[in-house]
Amino acid sequence: MFSRILTLIIKELEMLLQDRQSRMVLIVPVILQLALFPFAATLEVRNNTLAIFNEDSGRESTELMQRFSQAQAFSQLLALYSEAELRYAIDNQEALIVIRFPPDFSRDIAAGRPPKIQAILDGRRSNSGHIALGYVQQIVNDYSNERFKLQQKKAPSSLVVRHWFNPNLNYVWHILPSLIAIITSINALIVTALSVAREREQGTLDQLLISPLTPGMIMIGKIIPAILVAVVQGTIILLGAIFVYRVPFAGSLLLLYGSMIFYCLALAGFGLLISSVCATQQQAFLGVFSFVMPAILLSGYASPVDNMPVWLQYLDWINPIRHFIVIVKGLFLKDIGFVTLLHSLYPLLIIAVVTLSAANYLFRKRLA
Amino acid sequence: MKSPVSLRRLHALCRKETWQILRDPSSNLIAFVLPVVMLFIFGYGINLDSTAVNIGLVLEDTSPEARHFADSLYGSPYFVVHSAETQAEVGQALTEGRVRGFVVVPVDFAEKLKQPAGTAPLLVVTDGSEPNTANFVQNYVTAAWIGWMQQRAGERGELPPPGISIEPRFWFNPAAESRNFLIPGSITIIMTVIGALLTSLVVAREWERGTMEALLASPVTRTELLLSKLLPYYVLGIVSLFLCVGVAALMMHVPFRGSLLILWGIGSLFLASSLGLGLLLSTVLRNQFVAAQAALNAAFLPALMLSGFLFEIRSMPAIIQYATYLIPARYFVTAIQTLFQAGNVAPVLLHSGMFLVFAGSFFIGLTALKTRRRLE
Repeated sequence: MFSRILTLIIKELEMLLQDRQSRMVLIVPVILQLALFPFAATLEVRNNTLAIFNEDSGRESTELMQRFSQAQAFSQLLALYSEAELRYAIDNQEALIVIRFPPDFSRDIAAGRPPKIQAILDGRRSNSGHIALGYVQQIVNDYSNERFKLQQKKAPSSLVVRHWFNPNLNYVWHILPSLIAIITSINALIVTALSVAREREQGTLDQLLISPLTPGMIMIGKIIPAILVAVVQGTIILLGAIFVYRVPFAGSLLLLYGSMIFYCLALAGFGLLISSVCATQQQAFLGVFSFVMPAILLSGYASPVDNMPVWLQYLDWINPIRHFIVIVKGLFLKDIGFVTLLHSLYPLLIIAVVTLSAANYLFRKRLA
Repeated sequence: MKSPVSLRRLHALCRKETWQILRDPSSNLIAFVLPVVMLFIFGYGINLDSTAVNIGLVLEDTSPEARHFADSLYGSPYFVVHSAETQAEVGQALTEGRVRGFVVVPVDFAEKLKQPAGTAPLLVVTDGSEPNTANFVQNYVTAAWIGWMQQRAGERGELPPPGISIEPRFWFNPAAESRNFLIPGSITIIMTVIGALLTSLVVAREWERGTMEALLASPVTRTELLLSKLLPYYVLGIVSLFLCVGVAALMMHVPFRGSLLILWGIGSLFLASSLGLGLLLSTVLRNQFVAAQAALNAAFLPALMLSGFLFEIRSMPAIIQYATYLIPARYFVTAIQTLFQAGNVAPVLLHSGMFLVFAGSFFIGLTALKTRRRLE
């Protein structure tokens, strides 16, 4: 029995690696994505343009302007002199954020009234705008705080801030572990779903079914090559993360690879489930796509799972990518142990068991 | 010399292609169901706005001063505060991701506050594995802390310098709802999927099934073949585009301030470039699996990552910024976000339109060159 499955696996791998084109399509995109995405897929704001419309002529607004000009997030400073210029700068996306000091800004400070700064942001980019606003807020906070100390001679209290797991808040440390989960997911799904659909489209599935192989054995023969592909791709990104991007890997490799297998099983389950209801490769591919696209978006990578509506958080429980991102990030940055890992591992196990049995059932049903 | 296009043949080919699209549940799924699902995900699932973050609070000191400070955290709309007994307990919660940060008020806090010389430190710990949330926690704990110091100084009769407040105003999107810019951006992704992913399969499928040989043996010309693959998918894409805009504007109340005619024009140009790219890959690679993978990597992922719809282009390294100029989706994202939120801003739209004309003719032209009417 094992030798039969082995033959099937070897045949499957030969199909995947048959020619240069097919080998390239499995490896080249992974390397390109590894080279590109850590720089591209960042929610950090850097090198942006801050515009200032200063209607005030006091000392305080000038001091604040100087501080803004030193911030890393804003490499260019644009001075605006009229309302019309302000409108033009935002309309044409010349600046992400415009800081406007009203004419009575310094006067308010002198009189002890709470002064106000206006921040005008481009609503088309309200996401980056929010982040940039955070930086502006930080600068203004620091400035207020220093003035407070200066006047009070001594600050009564101080704030000590520590960022655990990633002391310098390096975005690359957040992106690369997530990429391991995302990139392997796409390929594991496509390889399983399309290999069954191709056999069906070309009529060779019937030949397989009349062979001594049982449907269960055929499924295993389709799952293992997909796991191998995903593990190789995952390893490429893992090595790139550790040796090229220098993301520290704190946890255990054994736990990482162990949970990667469960992750791939859960994905293969969805892949087989999709292919069991599809007649052609096109249907399988588009079916996979319709699954993986929402799954990536709701994985917690682009926006935290905590921010989603509660009902969607529950629905998202069936999303394997979401659980595996927590595992990889935990192992990379937080050195989580087996017990903490279990919180995210058992959902993967349940997903794998349910999807694989459902796929097996549908597979048999189509036979009858 | 026969004419390159016979309307009768073209009509027949388009009819066949249209039937094939309409009969296949997967193309309907991708053109009509997935767009609506994605709009709802972007509308309600992805929330980049700051909602309340879970933080922990350890009050090692329970003096009135410490409680006073704690009240400033409890009062902040940006946090849901969970109190904890020990640092170890809340540290474990941080590791498991149940809280995204915590604040510790040390045992000797009130005592140090009383001393005229020293300062009383407070400890803030954030979860650095989520950098944006960590920044958020830091900023708003700091704001709460400054507020507390000022209130305290005021109560003690000292005259603190007034705190400077920032009034944010999001133009075009006053409530700063990320939905309003994510949804127009996500329409770009949907258009890319329909344009490039669907068409990447169609020519390769004819090759794989051997029907291409039959077509080549018929009097069908190169132009007819190309047009019969482009036109039905173009119609599908435009219908889907207007479906998306309709759902976004009417059901999800994303304001649309531009002209529908301009949207149709720019949408057509963008579709031309995606359809061109999809057909090119399909024509060159002739294998559905490889072509679909290539389309995923050449069209979909760049549209998601490098179009500036989720991730800010200006924050990328210079060389990647230059690379984004080659991605049609980048221009369509700018154009459609502008049309939705800002209206008809001529310079932005003209600039985007010009590039899309160029990209569309490039891909379709190259496909035409690669479509050879011969067997190898």
